[in-house]
Amino acid sequence: MIRGRDQALGYSVIIAATLLAVIPFIGVIVLALGKPGDSSGSVSLAAATHWSNFADVWGTVGFSTSMGTSAIITGVTVLVSVLLSVPAGYALALTNFRGRSILFLLMVFGLLIPLEAMIVPLYFDLRAVNLADNYWSVILPETGFSVAFGAFWMRAYFLSSPRALVEAARLDGASSLQTLLRILLPLARPQMLTLGVLFFVWNWNDFLLPLVMLAGSDLQTAPISLVFFQGQHTTNYTYLAAGALIVIAPVVLVYVVLQRSFSRGVLAGAVKG
Amino acid sequence: MSIVRAPVAGPARGGRSRLSPAAGPPGEPRNVGWLYLAPALAMYGVFVLVPFVHSVYLAFFTWDGIGPQEFVGLDNFRAIWESDDFRQAFVHASELIGFYSVLPVVIALVLVSVMNRSRIRGLTAFRTLLFLPYIVAPTAVAVIWRWLLAPDGPVNSALSAVGLGALTRAWLGDFSLALPSIGLVGTWVMFGLVLVLLIAGVQKIPSELYEAAKIDGAGAWWEFRAVTLPGLRYEIAVVLVLTVTAALRNFDIVYVMTGGGPGTSTLVPSYLVYRQAFVVGEIGGAAAIGVVLAVLIALVNVVITRIGGTSS
Repeated sequence: MIRGRDQALGYSVIIAATLLAVIPFIGVIVLALGKPGDSSGSVSLAAATHWSNFADVWGTVGFSTSMGTSAIITGVTVLVSVLLSVPAGYALALTNFRGRSILFLLMVFGLLIPLEAMIVPLYFDLRAVNLADNYWSVILPETGFSVAFGAFWMRAYFLSSPRALVEAARLDGASSLQTLLRILLPLARPQMLTLGVLFFVWNWNDFLLPLVMLAGSDLQTAPISLVFFQGQHTTNYTYLAAGALIVIAPVVLVYVVLQRSFSRGVLAGAVKG
Repeated sequence: MSIVRAPVAGPARGGRSRLSPAAGPPGEPRNVGWLYLAPALAMYGVFVLVPFVHSVYLAFFTWDGIGPQEFVGLDNFRAIWESDDFRQAFVHASELIGFYSVLPVVIALVLVSVMNRSRIRGLTAFRTLLFLPYIVAPTAVAVIWRWLLAPDGPVNSALSAVGLGALTRAWLGDFSLALPSIGLVGTWVMFGLVLVLLIAGVQKIPSELYEAAKIDGAGAWWEFRAVTLPGLRYEIAVVLVLTVTAALRNFDIVYVMTGGGPGTSTLVPSYLVYRQAFVVGEIGGAAAIGVVLAVLIALVNVVITRIGGTSS
């Protein structure tokens, strides 16, 4: 009897918390489907839903361009970062070269440095070598931050992979590269997927770095165009809501599709400073 | 949730192999390791380490970004302490820790104790929704909450609707309410994540411990102090690292919701770095603020990890 009451209490707590998390999003969806220019947010659901708001925001307002820019920057960063993180983690876990421990500590150190302590020289130094106001000015630093975590993450995975497997491969005369590609990588796919999902979310959502690095160009990532749009249209909440939903859509989509990798990654992401 | 531990297993193992560097099997590849590490290391070195070191260097100079750089010793750091705006920014950041970390953790701890380890079926489904505020772009979160908190927005409408019209405010335009408003957005962002992590943690505590506490005649409070709290040490450390860092680094939400205002009431260190470097043009000062922020974050991380212990 008492268990039953506890159970009911448990469910009420979790349902209340979930509603708290979700209601603002529902509000924004309702707002985005309302009559353009109506900012009250008091919407009768029976009223006509204006799907055209999304088309307006996508086309006229120009979100299509910034979403494309974000897709390119994020796509390249994720791909390159995963490709570099895997061998780095492998080297730190399963090879035994001089200075390995020092280099590992050096890369862990990078997890603690916030972007704020790098952004100023990044802006001036990359500008000085003409690496500003283009895709690379965002992709390269993002990749630098990402691989520090990626190497750390893949190292932990390779350390936990069965030693016997690796040693058997070596006894059979497999080179270190063959061991990585044929034996370890097929097993590491879930880890790499989680890593890729994490990189995707961090990079897609990032604001400060692209804001600074693209300041002198017409290039805008999706979050930047949302913020600039807000600067121009503080009163057109309908369009703003539609814009916000467009910007978060890819992350939510990846989130729903790759649920398992994602939760695992978010939890593991806690170790990234 | 055993995965929470996966990354932490790393350093511990590394520690072991450091003790005996040559302990690997005879066939363990050696120098080829450099080749595998080199590309990542190069990217990391050029785009993280070098800018960081350069930041530290610039923090000792005054520079407008164009003219000559002038060495000024510790002046930029002294300015952080002596300038009201700068010092306030750090005070605001510490106030935000209350909203981003303390509030969600305390509320979640209370709820977790009240839930009394009841098994929630479908926790995964709830988790999906509870994580939502945390995973979407902070800029979008800020845009959403700017609307919710607008003078004629839903929050004020709701207050009026339930007869609390006297409480309606221009939340983000009010000198004393703007910072707590931003803080509560942070609470909203972090709360679901904290709750899910603590629920998962509490379900891992062996039920024998609770039974033993009961036999010893422990009341609810003692059960919490003696069993739940120590059992959640690791999870609490993880959420503290996460939320405190987010509180100290808050840039997006401040940039979008208040721009540091009204006045300087929501100035925070990250925003100050941006403003001093790219609006005001005091590069050295901006670099110094960034460096101090980095030191603070590193300190907080070390302290929390020490207290929380990553062993468990």
